[in-house]
Amino acid sequence: MTDATAPTGAAIAPEITAEAQAHDHAHPDLRVWGLLTFLISESLMFGGFFAAYLMVRGAASHWPPEGTEVELLLPTINTIILVSSSFVIHLGDVAIKKNDVNGLRKWYIVTALMGAVFLAGQAYEYATLGYGLKTNIFANCFYLMTGFHGLHVFIGLVLILGVLWRSRRAGHYSDHKHTGVEMAEIYWHFVDIIWIILFALLYILTQFS
Amino acid sequence: MTQAQVPLDDAALVADHDHAQVHKAWKWYHYFGYNIDHKVIGIQYLVTAFVFYLIGGLMAVGMRMELATPDPDFVDPSLYNALLTNHGTIMIFLWIVPAAIGGFGNYLVPLMIGARDMAFPNLNAIAFWLNPPAGLLLLGSFFFGGAQAGWTSYPPLSEITAPVAQSMWIMAIVLVGTSSIMGAVNFIVTIIMMRVPSLTWDKLPLFCWAILATSALALVSTPVLAAGLILLLFDINFGTSFFKPDAGGNIIIYQHLFWFYSHPAVYLMILPIFGIMSEIIPVYARKPIFGYKAIAYSSLAICLVGLFVWVHHMFTSGTPPWMRLFFTISTLIVAVPTGVKIFSWVATLWGGKIRFTTAMLFAVGLLGMFVLGGLSGITLGAAPFDIHVHDTYYIVAHFHYVLFGGSVFGLYAAIYHWFPKMTGRMMNERLGQVHFLMTFIGANLTFLPMHSLGTHGMPRRVAMYDPQFTALNQLCTFGAFMLAASLIPFIINAVWSWTRGPKASDNPWNALTLEWTTASPPIIENWEVLPVVTHGPYEYGMTEEALAVE
Repeated sequence: MTDATAPTGAAIAPEITAEAQAHDHAHPDLRVWGLLTFLISESLMFGGFFAAYLMVRGAASHWPPEGTEVELLLPTINTIILVSSSFVIHLGDVAIKKNDVNGLRKWYIVTALMGAVFLAGQAYEYATLGYGLKTNIFANCFYLMTGFHGLHVFIGLVLILGVLWRSRRAGHYSDHKHTGVEMAEIYWHFVDIIWIILFALLYILTQFS
Repeated sequence: MTQAQVPLDDAALVADHDHAQVHKAWKWYHYFGYNIDHKVIGIQYLVTAFVFYLIGGLMAVGMRMELATPDPDFVDPSLYNALLTNHGTIMIFLWIVPAAIGGFGNYLVPLMIGARDMAFPNLNAIAFWLNPPAGLLLLGSFFFGGAQAGWTSYPPLSEITAPVAQSMWIMAIVLVGTSSIMGAVNFIVTIIMMRVPSLTWDKLPLFCWAILATSALALVSTPVLAAGLILLLFDINFGTSFFKPDAGGNIIIYQHLFWFYSHPAVYLMILPIFGIMSEIIPVYARKPIFGYKAIAYSSLAICLVGLFVWVHHMFTSGTPPWMRLFFTISTLIVAVPTGVKIFSWVATLWGGKIRFTTAMLFAVGLLGMFVLGGLSGITLGAAPFDIHVHDTYYIVAHFHYVLFGGSVFGLYAAIYHWFPKMTGRMMNERLGQVHFLMTFIGANLTFLPMHSLGTHGMPRRVAMYDPQFTALNQLCTFGAFMLAASLIPFIINAVWSWTRGPKASDNPWNALTLEWTTASPPIIENWEVLPVVTHGPYEYGMTEEALAVE
């Protein structure tokens, strides 16, 4: 292995064999770490949008501009649904840690439904608001930011449906094998946290300022 | 921290799950397709990036030919704008960053930490394959007028010239940005979680420290650029007005979002090179590196401080004085950890038994070039001077000393140093020396006169200039031709050595980091049995007894 001419030839001695390494499973699954690292990145993309929004807002004399007032009732209901879904999805995670696949499926189906209701609510809101993407700078920000968040909810929904699809196979998820379940949950929580900031910035602070 | 295990059948084998029949080496055609071995991906990155280097270099030669005379007689001004935009974009996003991080990072990090592959081999391959379409988008944009707003693509210029080409430019940058984020996630998880248990943090090679800092920086800054570019894309194509002041938008927002990434991007281009320097210098000086911890921590310090200096690119954008003061000070502070590294390398060289191989020549050449580039950077960090030379050739001189004299010299040094490991063959030293001399003289001829041009007021990004600048411009153009010619001995050397060169031993330079403990080129999965680290990576010149006592 080591070159004979190396000054400290004997210093690096082989001990761990590939075989031994391949069969030692006492390590954390790296995919969760990968996802968490990636979500740092995602947060900063939203951070860029938030910063841009705050700068536009700071420079405006009237906020929101005429004709683009936000409506609060539907988005508040939507927010409650989305935030509660974070608790629901966690119940699914708790269930699989007790090896209860049916519990996992039940709670993940409920979460998926709640996510779908949120997206439908957002679509309804877009259709009934009375202004579009190009109306003015507030509308620009509003549609771009909620739209990007909606896209993330959709991706989260696909992840949850993926978990549900895979959980049909017996033994695919169990109390010691549930990384995929956890990743869908973490991503869902992330989408939720971003929504809370968005809701505060775009709705609450626009309405009460 | 335990080492993560990569099951054998996941790590590198495409179809063959039978361990007994593991191929011990890849065939040439494996390099042209989807492959998840970090070594293949590293070489794919390097070769692709080098092709883009040639294309970007050709664009530079085109520009210098235009600038040989004060009149716009070689290319018309809009094509000149497209050339300068794409030259900058390609060199940054498709040559230096992918070659340094994607190429050497991928190839070396798993080998240096005793891992069989990266943490997410498939993600790694996908990240690479985002690069070729990005390059095609940039080159294809020439058929739609070419993006003309410079590599910064400031609105409003970028919103009114060649909208299709500009959109292609944006999508290309989003693609390489995505690739860069994927790579960053992969490197961070790999370096933190997948080291062999015996490789403690204080024995981690400095290149890995540098890649870790680089990845952290890419992870937090790249998505902010993506946010800015998405807003720009919407402005150009979907009628929004984020950057249109007449409709409530604000151009400065773009500059903030852009420079929040693009200032750290200069560290993305130089931190891995600092890592390469820290590997190469002790090997050829046969001395332990001076100040291991100082170098490791200064990478992290540069990464942190580098996030808080972006406004120094905007001193002339109507920035309020308190902001100029804050960002002048934070900019000057970055020089401290950078200086720590420079002095550590010089101290390592001091009294060493230096072997002037081609890799070492480039490393020492880098020291000279980069110090000059760094010093002009300090002058630019001070707002009053920056306002004076803003958007003149002084800026062009500064960043070419840093990016060519720093990053490209470092990449050359790395290629000469690790070529035997990657290909199993030695490069020709004589041709390497010719290459170095032509590069060093050519780079100084091209970029040194630009300082003078800049302080005398020649603006950058223009196809024509005042006749008083003719002589110095012709000197620059001559230097550019020399740089172009310097690639001839290099390419001949690389191609000939790769196919016919003398066989290399496992450790031709007598280096101590882990990648030299395996075969040249390394077998698939890197080692038959994983190595155990018993001493630091830079303990040159110490006897075996001294190491044993430690």
